[in-house]
Amino acid sequence: MTEFSLLSPIQGQKGVQGIIVANSEGIPIKSTLDNSSTVQYAGLIHQLVMKARSTIRDIDPQNDLTFMRVRSKKNEIMIAPDKDFFLIVIQNPSD
Amino acid sequence: MAPKRQNSPSRKASVKGKGKVKKNQPPSPKEKPDHPDDIYPIVLTTATQELFECCIDEDVTDQSPYKLLKKDDIIQDIKTRAAVSDFHPVKQFVLDYPEDEILLVFDVDFTYGQSFYLVLTPEAKARIYNVLQPPQPEIIEVLEDDVSKTPEPKPWISLGSELEVDQESVKETREKLCYKFYLKRRPGLPVCFSDRNSTEAECRSVECPSYQDSRFSIKRMQRDCGMQAVPRLQSSTTQTQRAFQRNIFTQYEPRELSKKEKERILSSENLRKFLNSVTPRVLHALQQTHIMNVFTDDFKALGIGAEASDRLVMVSEGLKLQWTFTDEKRAMGNKISSVSWHPTIHGLIAVAFIKKQEEQLDKSTAYINSPAFIVFYGFPDQSNPRLLLECPDDIFAFEFCPSNPNVIVGGCRNGKVVLWDISFHAPHLQGTQPNSKKGSDSDSDTDTFDFDKKENKTPVMRYCAVSSIESSHKSPVTDVQWLPKTFEVTRTGVPVQNNSNISVQVVTCSPDCTVMFWDLRVPKLQNQFLADRKQDVDQKTMMTPYSIPKTFKHLDRTWKPLFRVSLPKSDTSGEYAPLKFSLEHYTCNSNTGRNTDNENDVAEVLPEYSQLRIPSAKTLRTLDDVNTKFYIGTEEGEIVYTDWKLEEDEFERKFSAKPLLCFRTHAWFVNTMQRSPFFKDILLTTGGWNFAIWKEGVMGGPIFVGPSSEQEYSAACWSLSRPAVFFIGRNDGSIEVWNLLLNTSESTHFHEHIASTRITCIKPCIASSKQHYLAVADNLGMLRVFSVPKTLRSPVKNEDLNMQIFFDREHDRLKDYLEWEEQWAKQRKEAGESKKQVEPDKPVTFQVDSEEADLKEYSDYLKLEESILE
Repeated sequence: MTEFSLLSPIQGQKGVQGIIVANSEGIPIKSTLDNSSTVQYAGLIHQLVMKARSTIRDIDPQNDLTFMRVRSKKNEIMIAPDKDFFLIVIQNPSD
Repeated sequence: MAPKRQNSPSRKASVKGKGKVKKNQPPSPKEKPDHPDDIYPIVLTTATQELFECCIDEDVTDQSPYKLLKKDDIIQDIKTRAAVSDFHPVKQFVLDYPEDEILLVFDVDFTYGQSFYLVLTPEAKARIYNVLQPPQPEIIEVLEDDVSKTPEPKPWISLGSELEVDQESVKETREKLCYKFYLKRRPGLPVCFSDRNSTEAECRSVECPSYQDSRFSIKRMQRDCGMQAVPRLQSSTTQTQRAFQRNIFTQYEPRELSKKEKERILSSENLRKFLNSVTPRVLHALQQTHIMNVFTDDFKALGIGAEASDRLVMVSEGLKLQWTFTDEKRAMGNKISSVSWHPTIHGLIAVAFIKKQEEQLDKSTAYINSPAFIVFYGFPDQSNPRLLLECPDDIFAFEFCPSNPNVIVGGCRNGKVVLWDISFHAPHLQGTQPNSKKGSDSDSDTDTFDFDKKENKTPVMRYCAVSSIESSHKSPVTDVQWLPKTFEVTRTGVPVQNNSNISVQVVTCSPDCTVMFWDLRVPKLQNQFLADRKQDVDQKTMMTPYSIPKTFKHLDRTWKPLFRVSLPKSDTSGEYAPLKFSLEHYTCNSNTGRNTDNENDVAEVLPEYSQLRIPSAKTLRTLDDVNTKFYIGTEEGEIVYTDWKLEEDEFERKFSAKPLLCFRTHAWFVNTMQRSPFFKDILLTTGGWNFAIWKEGVMGGPIFVGPSSEQEYSAACWSLSRPAVFFIGRNDGSIEVWNLLLNTSESTHFHEHIASTRITCIKPCIASSKQHYLAVADNLGMLRVFSVPKTLRSPVKNEDLNMQIFFDREHDRLKDYLEWEEQWAKQRKEAGESKKQVEPDKPVTFQVDSEEADLKEYSDYLKLEESILE
């Protein structure tokens, strides 16, 4: 699969716990986590991204969401949305 | 006849008389002398018209010119107005008028020459009135002599319905036939008439019913029938579902792409573009988080928090009073001698009350007084105790059995040792409500049991067994402790293995200079009576609340101690009077297979103590590593370290050994001796005005002596969670909290006047990780439970290590001191000897020099001590 080579710089970063690629409807396409977690993450984060995106566009229709970082106690989730897909990366922070 | 106007003088007269003549008077006076005699034209003035209600154009008009005037009125008018009256000229006529009413006619056309004319004769009146009436048919005047006409029937117009009517009518076609029947009879015979019912069968009435004659038939040509339209009705019912349907469960699966789809997408150009565009952003973010964590709380990370706040904490954050327990009935005038937390049931605390007796003149009266009780209090009910244990006398010390919390041993004022078994009430004690109904132990006695509970009485439990009078102590038992279940002691004091794995032995001490060891089990000597007893005990007796459990029946009143330890003084004759003692807890290190089996069996089943026998000493394995030495605190403030094993002298008599060490550290009664829960060789003792810390094995003395305080120390206890903290209660009702790591010369917290009188007992308890309680009992019978704040219950980092270091340091200091003291003693001896040899004449100066040297050395020592302590 070619996308592995594309994902490898991300995967090679320190602290990365998992990567998920999902389509615009929230159905995961490729993932490094197990199936149940993947499905859960993809579904939930899809809703979150839709909400965030609509928020940004409501405030300013010219604007659009480019990146989202959700910081929690245990880890950090980074979401990069796009027109057709979105990419989710879960990372453990430095300490 | 044409009415003619009369050239009347009356007219003139009226013109003369009244200027106001209403209406148009035709100015041309026509000379018409002709007028019928019964018509008299008259002119009426307006006033007269109004009087008689015949005003022109109002009452009297063209259409209704007639007015009937009453004759009496006219006469009246003539009378009143005399010559002026309009009716004056006709006065005579009016008077002669036969009828009552005279007709006055309004003459519109002035046919008689005046506007009005009066009809003088009734015939004329009738004639005129009636003739002139018909041309005005619309005037319907109801006259008295007028006959109302009945409506006449109109002529009938036939529309052809006569034929149908004729057809329908029933006419007789022929004449009715009439038949006459008669019977000849002779007249004169009596006649009898009676009634006869025609319906009766006897009567011979002949009927001629109609019948259908077959010879001839009539064809019905026409039949009348009636039609009625009826709407078709159909009734039906329907019912709508009232229940609103909603989903209870939904089960769904996430959507997934098929493998083919996935592959298609993965190989699409779109995805590649996306990943290419997104990767830099993501990498950037990843590196950011990796470099630095922007969300760290620096303050938290320093680790100060609550742990290091020992130095920062305010005095106000100290012990918080949670509950106060008093029982008016029993607590009045009594002081609490001992307090103990229930080992397993959370929130249950037992308190022993003793009476304050100022005079002990008459000991017999002590028995007449109300019996003493141990009261069980439970959170959160502050005034109703949960259970009362009846005692034969005031209890000075008591303790729960560690292996079976339903067994309690207590020591009385009269020296006896008492046992209770509260297993009957155990489920009741565990309930949160004192009145809660728990699974009943007794089936048949639930009635009385419930009855008691409903009355809200606290259950009272009598003691099971009491020791025999001869073999008890002679003075109050001041300390009672259970031996741990790991070992037991034989008759000579040799510690042996405990096969039953429960605590069966009790140690008591009393100021009668003895320490006694007791065993709960049936002693060997009573074997012959066992057969009877066994049968008694084997029966499962039903327990009533008032009966005494038979658990310790075998001991009741015959209980004797296993052996006694007496405490002879080391240098003088006489004995120590122990008040408190402290044993070293021994944990069994070597577990054989037998032990573990027993553990499994016995752990679930509560032992029947009466079934247990004291095994003979030979069968049990001696445990050599049990420390048989223990500390004793005496009445005079001495701490004695001695061995309980009985030794044999040359005559093979058993006697107690001399103590190994004795120190007079305290000035007065030793009231607390407690081992630290963290270090099993560290002992805290309080007595008199100071406290001391001892380390087992250190023979030189206490490793630490606290400073003397102005108030007497009456109770002390170690904190259960912090190795460096302990609480001391004082005589004035205050509590001092000491933290040896912080400050060794004074208490770190001082809670003034927690109680109003002397604090008699302090016991800590850990209910949960956040709830630590401290029970404080005082001399007035009040029990206060405090919650220990976080600062005093959560240990500082490495507190135990630090404490260990502290103790070791103190130990070293003590060692140094002792060595130094030895050396100094030696030096003094040598100096004394040399002095004796060399110069016996100058003892004084030498003495002085040596004294100065002593002082100097002593001050050096003090400085050394200070420097070490810092």
